[in-house]
Amino acid sequence: MDVQLVSPEQVLYQGAGPMVVVRTLGGGDIAFQDNHAPFLGALADWPARVKFEDGTEASFAVHGGFVEVSHNQVIILSDVAEPAADIDVARATEAKTRAEEALRVNPDDELAAAALLRADVRLEVAGAA
Amino acid sequence: MAGGQERILRRRIKSVESTKKITRAMELIAASRIVKAQARVHAAQPYAEGITDVVRNLQGAGGGSNSALLTPRAEMHKVADIIIAADRGLCGGYNSTVIRAAEHDMRDQERAGRENAIVTVGRKAEGYFRFRDFPIDAAYSGFSDSPTYEDARQVASAVVSRFEAGELDRVQLVYTRFISAGRQEVVVEPLLPLEPSEAVDASTDAPSEPSSDYEFEPNPEAILETLLPRYTESRIYAALLNAAASEHAARQRAMKAATDNAEDLILTYRRRMNRARQDSITTEIMEIVGGAEALSQGADAHDDVQAAEYYDKTA
Repeated sequence: MDVQLVSPEQVLYQGAGPMVVVRTLGGGDIAFQDNHAPFLGALADWPARVKFEDGTEASFAVHGGFVEVSHNQVIILSDVAEPAADIDVARATEAKTRAEEALRVNPDDELAAAALLRADVRLEVAGAA
Repeated sequence: MAGGQERILRRRIKSVESTKKITRAMELIAASRIVKAQARVHAAQPYAEGITDVVRNLQGAGGGSNSALLTPRAEMHKVADIIIAADRGLCGGYNSTVIRAAEHDMRDQERAGRENAIVTVGRKAEGYFRFRDFPIDAAYSGFSDSPTYEDARQVASAVVSRFEAGELDRVQLVYTRFISAGRQEVVVEPLLPLEPSEAVDASTDAPSEPSSDYEFEPNPEAILETLLPRYTESRIYAALLNAAASEHAARQRAMKAATDNAEDLILTYRRRMNRARQDSITTEIMEIVGGAEALSQGADAHDDVQAAEYYDKTA
């Protein structure tokens, strides 16, 4: 099936793969394969993975957004999304420690919690978690 | 005196020539930026189309009919215009046409008994309305020639929450739509409430499949809630990109006209300067010839006197 990862500024990724895995706001992972029923979902901050025929996969850090599936086409719309190669590991690590510190001071800091989650997603996609 | 005229003209030609160099450079820069800006308009299209598609499908499924962003207000009291112009001038009528369209629209709104709110993008729009003591609700600038999505998000934040809170009953975009490098037009486009009619029209054109077949997760309402702000942002972003491309096109045209005009000026001045130079040379020659004539006549007279004396002595 066709896979497109689209940010407002450009098409980040376009390719084909037999399976795409994303996590929706409902709190569960969902995988799409060929001939999946039409589907519309809001995405959580979580890596989106495209699995290829040869067993390898490409993952993208997707921070919120939407996924639309129809006619064997998966379109992921996200205002903040990065392919693994674009992720600055040092910056993400730094953001993670900063967020963790902020959470230690104030465990109810929602902004810091969100920042921590984003950093974790980035690090996981970059394979440095 | 004639030489003075020539010097003045020579100086003026030099200054017009350096102005021409500047306008030529600006023209070339603008021309290369049009291409880039156009590419960005195209690059933004897949997202805009995708998100419009999602909105359409959700509406098809009957979701979000009670969302504040989608419901037209029964009574309109306050209308906000987001006026998108440039940060800099030297782009012909680009800024003033946008501003004029906005003022025209605001006058219409006032006549219909509605209040106006102004959100400006670009230093020129802000300057214009500030100078005339219009109340400005929010002003953004510094990104008119290459806006990012983040900029669009900021502009959206100025209106979306106030619209949801019921402070604003309608939000419009006033910007220059980029049609081609040779054609741009100012449009006043409704932004909020988001008009479902557009989406419905589009779907009747291409009935891909009944949207009720879609599965939704978590559910249509929840998706719509996160989707509509994104959709608004993407609409604003598209408008900003269009305006940027139009700005570059307008600047290129204006600078081309300025360069051509400088060339014409130089030609006229050069002709006038040459005429002045020739005039002064002619005058000089006349003076020299006149002077020489006078001298030689004086010498002849002297000779005559001597000759007369000579004759007198011999006689």
